[in-house]
Amino acid sequence: MARFLRAEPWGSGPKRVTPAMIGIYAFLAITALFFAIPLYIMLVTSLKTTQEIRLGNIFAFPQDVTFSAWVKAWSSACTGLNCNGIHVGFFNSVKILIPSVATSITVGSLTGYALSYWRVRGAGILFGAMMIVAFVPYQVFIYPLVRIFSVLGINNSLFAIVVVHAIFGLPTMTLLFRNYFASLPPELFRAARVDGAGFFRIFWSIMLPMATPMLVVAVILQVTGIWNDFILGLVFAGRENVPMTVQLNNIVNSTQGERTYNVDMAATLLTALVPLVVYFASGRWFVRGIAAGAVRG
Amino acid sequence: MKTPCEVDLRGVEIGYGPVKVLEKLDLKVAESEFVVLLGPSGCGKSTLLNAIAGLIEIQAGQIWIGGRNVTWEEPNDRGIAMVFQSYALYPRMTARRNMSFALNVAGRPRAEIARRVEAVAQMLKITELLDRKPSELSGGQRQRVAIGRALVREVGVYLLDEPLSNLDAQLRVELRIEIKRLHQRLKATMIYVTHDQIEALTLADRIAVIKDRIIQQLGTPQEIYQRPANRFVASFVGSPSMNFVAGTLRFDPGGAIFTADDFKFPLAGYEFLTAPVDGADVELGVRPEHIEVAANGRELAIEMVEPMGSDLLAWSKLGGAPIALRFPGESRSTTGDRVAVTISPAKVSLFDRTSGRRL
Repeated sequence: MARFLRAEPWGSGPKRVTPAMIGIYAFLAITALFFAIPLYIMLVTSLKTTQEIRLGNIFAFPQDVTFSAWVKAWSSACTGLNCNGIHVGFFNSVKILIPSVATSITVGSLTGYALSYWRVRGAGILFGAMMIVAFVPYQVFIYPLVRIFSVLGINNSLFAIVVVHAIFGLPTMTLLFRNYFASLPPELFRAARVDGAGFFRIFWSIMLPMATPMLVVAVILQVTGIWNDFILGLVFAGRENVPMTVQLNNIVNSTQGERTYNVDMAATLLTALVPLVVYFASGRWFVRGIAAGAVRG
Repeated sequence: MKTPCEVDLRGVEIGYGPVKVLEKLDLKVAESEFVVLLGPSGCGKSTLLNAIAGLIEIQAGQIWIGGRNVTWEEPNDRGIAMVFQSYALYPRMTARRNMSFALNVAGRPRAEIARRVEAVAQMLKITELLDRKPSELSGGQRQRVAIGRALVREVGVYLLDEPLSNLDAQLRVELRIEIKRLHQRLKATMIYVTHDQIEALTLADRIAVIKDRIIQQLGTPQEIYQRPANRFVASFVGSPSMNFVAGTLRFDPGGAIFTADDFKFPLAGYEFLTAPVDGADVELGVRPEHIEVAANGRELAIEMVEPMGSDLLAWSKLGGAPIALRFPGESRSTTGDRVAVTISPAKVSLFDRTSGRRL
């Protein structure tokens, strides 16, 4: 009642739907659909039988849901003559992932810390060089690296692929941590020096605990990056360590006779599962980490 | 408690490449002395403190602490502790861990660490804050913990880099008194950097006023306030600031006279540092509280008043320059009043107008 009795504006104004808002929501909805529809088709197809897929209704929901394609993809899909399923590649990828992520983050955070706090001679030039190299397409390095590794006798091994991932992750990791440490008040570092802490003590006891959001971001970036890698795994890992992505490619491309789309879709979804889980589980941290890198944490 | 050390800076020069921040600086701080480095922001006073701490390399000269040449020593080998403006508490550690960090690094036995932290916490009344993280503390509490972190180390020299600048006015006064009390109790050598002249005057045994790469004046608060060595020191120390009237020096049979327009001021009783020159361009400096009301004095018209509670600041003109007078807070003077005032020549300062030096 009181609202109608007042002639002049009072309190918070009426909310209006503006064209700009409609536009924004329309854009967001279309973008969401653009990414969601392929995912939906894959999921639905993976749950169908081959007969049903042949009908061609790709948007239709499966008439009788079956997980046989998932089971087949995991445990008995064929790559060439081996029919062990994609789980071989999954565990290969895990074997590559864990040491690669650990190494690249350890080395990257240490380098970033050293570059931002300890006046290393030529630190600026070093950092600049690293950044320039980060923008060079890494395919350029593949052949020389293969030659170097084969001379050293470590080509086609788990060790080689871990080293390669650590090297290629280094510029991004260093940049990430250097910028984060540079945004912290320098007095913290000075206080620690006056307190008698040395290089590793300051890093371990003071800087690393403060860099938790950056560590989470680094883990996300490296896990998705290394998991999704194809070419490096193909070239450096060797035949017994082929990562999941390479095996997925082999499964999808080497089918003889009838094409089992449901198995292909299931295998693809299984491969994509790890990055998806990482994103869903850490979305909040991811945003926080990006923001923490931009402004003071 | 470790015995206090003396600090001796011998010809210290600090700079970045060709840019000099400080030039040939000599400063001797006695045992148990409280020395304040005072200067405007960017004058290099914090840089000097960082150099004493060993956090910045010096380009020339020596730093001696407790009779040891520590010029090339690491910060923790110098026997110093430091308190920073931004507190610089380790954010992921509790107050207790912050305070014990240095002792942990040094590998002291646990019982000793606990005892020393407890003793300092009690002295600073922060015992109940010990298990909180810095983010759960207020500004004043954080600075207390930061001071505690320095005290726990029991060193010969404490360096304080604008420790009160990030606090609000009331807290600043409180902690200022506490720091003074602490110094009296510990009798430790303290070097304290600030740009706040009140802090300098209240805390210091001696003040070093720094500007333009050098120490402009080194002396007790009284000397700095009453007999500033140059015009910069005179204008920088004191609030409200000293009044300056530009004029010339004339010689009369009766003695030297300062003249500006119609204002003639005989200087009988002023202690000249150097022999005065007739006709020299000079500047007369008078503190607002040294312009005293007297029945037979010179008449001034009051143009504006600023009540400040305890005092009343009245603005007028003398010899063509605006001047401030300081009356007691109960004074009823208002705009348009005329008051008769006198100035004692013994309390004024005279500066050379080109060099700014005290005459």
